[in-house]
Amino acid sequence: MSRIIEVKNLSYTYPNEEGKVNKPALDNISFNVDQGEFVGIIGHNGSGKSTLSKLLNAIILPTSGDVIVAKMNTKKEENIWTIRQTAGMVFQNPDNQLVATIVEDDVAFGPENLGVLPEEIRKRVDEALKTVAMEEYKTKKPHQLSGGQKQRIAIAGILAMEPDCIIFDEPTAMLDPSGRKEVMQTIAKLNQEKKMTVLHITHYMSELTKADRIIVMDQGKIVMQGNPREIFSQVEALKAIGLDVPQMTELGYLLNQDGFDIPKDILTIDEMAGALC
Amino acid sequence: MLEIKHLDHIYSQNSPFEFHALKDINIAIESGEFVGIIGHTGSGKSTLIQHLNALLEPTSGTVVVDGVDLFKVDKKDLFTLRQKVGLVFQYPEHQLFEETVFKDVCFGPRNMGLEEAEIEKRAKEAIELTGLDFETIKDKSPFELSGGQMRRVAIAGVLAMEPAVLILDEPTAGLDPRGRDEILGQIQKLHREKHMTVLLVSHSMEDVGKLVNKILVMYQGELVFYDTPAKVFKEIEKLEAIGLAVPEVTYLMRKLRKHYPDIREDIFTVEAARKEIERVVKHA
Repeated sequence: MSRIIEVKNLSYTYPNEEGKVNKPALDNISFNVDQGEFVGIIGHNGSGKSTLSKLLNAIILPTSGDVIVAKMNTKKEENIWTIRQTAGMVFQNPDNQLVATIVEDDVAFGPENLGVLPEEIRKRVDEALKTVAMEEYKTKKPHQLSGGQKQRIAIAGILAMEPDCIIFDEPTAMLDPSGRKEVMQTIAKLNQEKKMTVLHITHYMSELTKADRIIVMDQGKIVMQGNPREIFSQVEALKAIGLDVPQMTELGYLLNQDGFDIPKDILTIDEMAGALC
Repeated sequence: MLEIKHLDHIYSQNSPFEFHALKDINIAIESGEFVGIIGHTGSGKSTLIQHLNALLEPTSGTVVVDGVDLFKVDKKDLFTLRQKVGLVFQYPEHQLFEETVFKDVCFGPRNMGLEEAEIEKRAKEAIELTGLDFETIKDKSPFELSGGQMRRVAIAGVLAMEPAVLILDEPTAGLDPRGRDEILGQIQKLHREKHMTVLLVSHSMEDVGKLVNKILVMYQGELVFYDTPAKVFKEIEKLEAIGLAVPEVTYLMRKLRKHYPDIREDIFTVEAARKEIERVVKHA
């Protein structure tokens, strides 16, 4: 499998007014992401998640260490546009990401900027809208859409640039439960059917039960890494750094304390029902 | 305490953009209740709460707060009425503006025309009520705080006006799990210790199940349910049909019922589920 993201001894310190020394937001972290992986990133507010996502997209550059996206170092200025096209980003607020007054124009904005030919743009826009199941809305105005629909349009806009990888920075934080479900289904589909590499930053642990790997961050460092069962079964360690586990995992943990002999890595309602019946 | 009578709201009436946002809403909320308001985006939740302190005027119907009809009083008396019903918007930290936390929290009571000593006493109390340490935080700029702290300062600004009713529109949106638990814990404390009437708009059925004693469900501008969590969360099919859900543990209980017919279904929290499983299921 080819490697799409390499992070090597990466540190980042936000610049400060003179005289003060800031604590590094990221402190010597290293990890890799392979093509086609679904990687979740969790950590409390201020743990360095969003700083990391900005570094992956060359919005900011490392204080030391390297970020390499599809063999291109983010430090080289001539790589920046190709990197941003290779690793697209979807942000938290759906209203801040849409630029055009018609849905299909908005999706076309990215490829237009890349200088893609008109016939090819048409093809890409239709394809992208189909992937996010929004083709019926292509002539609608973005402000008439729900939050979940707007996020799907933002995703379509990224897809139209044909990236290898999409970085989601809390894309569901501002959505209601049905909007969250729509966006999570779209992300799962991109990863499973389109073999897109996904980095998903979130505060909702239940969104990561199907991830291949979860990276846990605390105070600018990677403190745990593993598959969802390995990570979420460490209930006490996660709580100690201000994080949660899925409800069923927590219930399993408590029942174990009460003397029930059930697996510690239960993630879903069905697994819990199976263990108790 | 709060009576909503035949409340109707139509946005942009008699225009092509006409939108019927609230349809004949009737609710009576008793003093000291903790009400969870649920419904998906566009169901009318925000329109409803904006009527409760007269930020929006109804198309027809009215709201009565403590015996006073909000839409029949003199406009200048609205100022006093609004102090009774404190409204915390979504992302309230966007409204912080002063140089220091203390000054920001003083803004509300100062506008009420209180004495300086009273203003400062209230601001101090309000900051402490939100679980922040007054001495360490009072002189800081609100903009150098963490997201969760900023939000608490914004809530303190509303509390300093000592409202009888506190309405919060998704107060935990965008916060991490610890920030979420802290804010909700403080709100619960305000309700218990200060006997404040609290209305909480939330997308999390888990949070609602844990905290409130009444749930108000909105769908397409209509009131679908106003009842106890036990009664509302029993209606799984109806809730799902309008895009909502029940807490995960409630689904689990329903599944377990097939094997353990006497297991209770009115379980909404992990703790309650733990006790009920302990009671019914034999240790394996």
